[in-house]
Amino acid sequence: MQLESLSAIELGRRIAAGELTSVAVTEYFLERSKALNPKINALVSFEDRALELASQADARLAELGPRSALDGVPIAIKDILCMAGTRTTCGSRMLSDYIAPYTATAVERLLAAGLIPLGKTNMDEFAMGGSTETSIYGPTRNPWDPARTAGGSSGGSAACLAAGMAPLAIGTDTGGSVRQPSAYCGVVGLKPTYGRISRFGLIAFASSFDQIGPMAHHVEDVAALLQILAGPDPRDSTCLPDPADDYRGGLTGALQGLRVGLVREQVDHPDVAPEVRQAVLRAAAELQRQGAVVTDAHLSLSKYAVPTYYVVATSEASGNLSRYDGVHYGFRDLPTDSEQSPLVALMCRTRSRGFGAEVKRRIMLGTFALSAGYYDAYYKKALKVRRLIRDQYLQALEQVDVLLGPVAPTPAFPLQQNQDDPVRMYLQDQFTVGANLAGIPSMAVPAGSTADGLPLAVQIQGPPLSESRLLNVAYQLEQARFFVPRIAQA
Amino acid sequence: MMNSMDIELVIGLEVHVQLATRTKLFCGCPTEFGAPPNTQVCPVCLGHPGTLPVLNSRAVELAIQTGVALNCQIAELTKWDRKNYFYPDLPKGYQISQFDKPICGPGWLEFPDREDPQGTLKVRFVRAHLEEDAGKSMHDEQGGRADSRIDLNRAGTPLLEIVTEPDLRSPQAAKAFLTELRLLLTYLGVSDCNMQEGSLRVDANVNLHIIDGGRRLATPIVEVKNLNSFRAVERALAYERERQWESWRETGQLLGDVPKQTRGWDENQGVTLPQREKEESSDYRYFPDPDLVPLQIDPQQVQRVRQAVAMRPLELRRKLQHEYGIKPYDADVIVAQGRSLVEYFETAVAAGGPPKRVSSWIQQDVLRTLNETGQTLEEFAVTAERLAVLLQAVEAGELENSRARDVFQYWLQHPMDDLAAAKGALGIQDVDETDLVELCRDLLHEHPQIVQQAQAGDMKGLGALIGAAKKRNPNVDPRKVRAICQQLIESGF
Repeated sequence: MQLESLSAIELGRRIAAGELTSVAVTEYFLERSKALNPKINALVSFEDRALELASQADARLAELGPRSALDGVPIAIKDILCMAGTRTTCGSRMLSDYIAPYTATAVERLLAAGLIPLGKTNMDEFAMGGSTETSIYGPTRNPWDPARTAGGSSGGSAACLAAGMAPLAIGTDTGGSVRQPSAYCGVVGLKPTYGRISRFGLIAFASSFDQIGPMAHHVEDVAALLQILAGPDPRDSTCLPDPADDYRGGLTGALQGLRVGLVREQVDHPDVAPEVRQAVLRAAAELQRQGAVVTDAHLSLSKYAVPTYYVVATSEASGNLSRYDGVHYGFRDLPTDSEQSPLVALMCRTRSRGFGAEVKRRIMLGTFALSAGYYDAYYKKALKVRRLIRDQYLQALEQVDVLLGPVAPTPAFPLQQNQDDPVRMYLQDQFTVGANLAGIPSMAVPAGSTADGLPLAVQIQGPPLSESRLLNVAYQLEQARFFVPRIAQA
Repeated sequence: MMNSMDIELVIGLEVHVQLATRTKLFCGCPTEFGAPPNTQVCPVCLGHPGTLPVLNSRAVELAIQTGVALNCQIAELTKWDRKNYFYPDLPKGYQISQFDKPICGPGWLEFPDREDPQGTLKVRFVRAHLEEDAGKSMHDEQGGRADSRIDLNRAGTPLLEIVTEPDLRSPQAAKAFLTELRLLLTYLGVSDCNMQEGSLRVDANVNLHIIDGGRRLATPIVEVKNLNSFRAVERALAYERERQWESWRETGQLLGDVPKQTRGWDENQGVTLPQREKEESSDYRYFPDPDLVPLQIDPQQVQRVRQAVAMRPLELRRKLQHEYGIKPYDADVIVAQGRSLVEYFETAVAAGGPPKRVSSWIQQDVLRTLNETGQTLEEFAVTAERLAVLLQAVEAGELENSRARDVFQYWLQHPMDDLAAAKGALGIQDVDETDLVELCRDLLHEHPQIVQQAQAGDMKGLGALIGAAKKRNPNVDPRKVRAICQQLIESGF
């Protein structure tokens, strides 16, 4: 049986009903992953304990029944989330041998719900990049076209899903890192409201942006995963106190009367490829057909999103990545031939060799933006613009219930295309960083394919804590077969 | 040698106080001193990737108490900032501190002027802010090898950094201020202020203002570190006064001519020496810590704290002076011993003990005994109530001072006995008036020389008579002996 064609919920139902075992499902996906990974490079490690955990799940399920709708179902986890005793590398040489001494809240919740970690997914180094090309493990290839990127930074997670290597995946999204790879790989990806899912154990890139996001083929799977992950956590002060919604239960409402705002600045942007624009307009038409009221919406500050994001996010990153100094853990390189003091030499050499070019570029950008004499002109000004952007989003979302637009300007681009042009790479984020600046939830929803067979997608955004609404809109599109979950024949 | 009329020593202090929380500022690790290295650590205070700080609200409460006691404005909104610098004992590469919105704003503290027992001095505070401590680096250079070790037990311990205005003008005043500050913090119980264990750390910023023909010249400000005792503070500042004067006469350098220098106090040599800086530049690139949310402080909570800390050492000294008529010096001695002795005093007075007598007995008998036995007041056999009973008897003339001391000593051994039982056991009896007159008459007959002197107006010899009377009957009251002898001499026996 081709288990990859089943939804995660369906797998969970069959495991709970005794029609399948968790061990059989886990073995199936492990084998499939091991066969496909050399070509796709989506997983950087396999979880040694996966089958052991699966057999425990089977025994427990038989005795006590399911702990969640996804009990016993395997999941691929981005290699940025800590799990005690497991290597967590963040795609960096700096952490290439780092064994986390503790477990992230999100991972704890997955384990408590009975999910089986299959392995860790490839990513841009410290989640800095939009193509998975900055990973020390090399780029993840797009299962729909191995010459193209799977996107980034959660490219490994998206590619795992597209190739049918895992039925569920976890990504993280700082500026679009769940949504853009989801769009490029043709899967559903949600970046929740900032603070919806605990960041404890998520290795920080930019703390005020970072958010864990569930990814899957089916909207209902994403909803079920969010249900497990969301909720307050005393170990994260920025985690919201609101309890999780019944996200699966919310997938019922008709869209009659739903106010949809088509973001003109994004839809009409000259960088947007015609096929991407058409996909957005097709989605608008479908929503209208289902009774939604589609109007134009305006985010005039959209054009400032990328520069604002790259000042604030890199500033935070410059501090967050200071801890990698070769003293306490991780990569260490102490030159013996240096003229500097041993201490300075250790830190300089460790950081020079432990980090890749893109990470160093961002650390330097952020350090510069925070430096005496530049702070006001860069960091402080960017914070002000961030507030304006957020206000504009919130105002726009008073006029409409959801905003509709593209995720990225183009479908998946060829590998290496943007590697030597960081600004061009950063512009891939221009429609996604807004949600991170504003802290609002945002979703990438598949929208068919290009003439060349590459996935297309649209972005749906809503006000804070409107995850249920976004999921329902996406669910209605899926129910109407506006998109059909598909596995790439890699 | 400088002329002290011409120069003014200008001192500002930065005091780091370790707050007496059970756990660290941003994680649950214990703060206890003295554990084996790196045993009081967790992924959070080790700065492991992905960990997040969670604020210890007890530290905030203690900071508010301290701020209120130091007459500081308490912020309604305070926030957390990252101070970025690389150092091996700083696991995250930044320290979580407070930059532009400290929990405590401007304030002041009045303290006794040691030069003038009646007078007080005043220091203003710029601010006081909360921050986490770094770990401890230990450099072992024995045996010709340079071996550095890091203990992170201390990393993340809550500190309150109190910054004064440059209001202090002498090493003695600096010491007096620190003594009062430590006393106050101990009274509040916000810190144990143990300098040996690093619970109280002092850095001094010091320079000279030289009044030169109507012009006021300021020498470069020097930061003095490694001040491990109040005595060290006093000595280092006195040393700096001389050194900066000499340096100015040699170089003529004034404030702004050279960058701020950091010097370390060398206790053994009795000198300050230039210190190597941690970093070449001090751009700490402060920015708000996105892992923590700004903190709203409820003004009502501050109001409650204000009422709770109303009785500080300064107020208690005044109370002892004005309500009980205790001399400033004596009030100071009692208050300086800590809150429990003040409570002992007040309980004894409330139980009817005459205040001045209680004060003097506390300073002599009680403190001496406590020192000798190492007991605390809580376990002390002579309770405040017993002391009151004893001193009431003395005041009423029922018991003579030296016999009262005997009772005091007796009680130390027999804490269950009351005054009557003690007197019985010690053979203390009331002396019959007629017997006493007879005794005095006998003594006068035996000492004609003393009588002669007394008749000539020289009463010195009466002391010897009192001594002799006590030898014959230990229960006699020396005052009565004196009075009766004088009477008998006047009346010619």
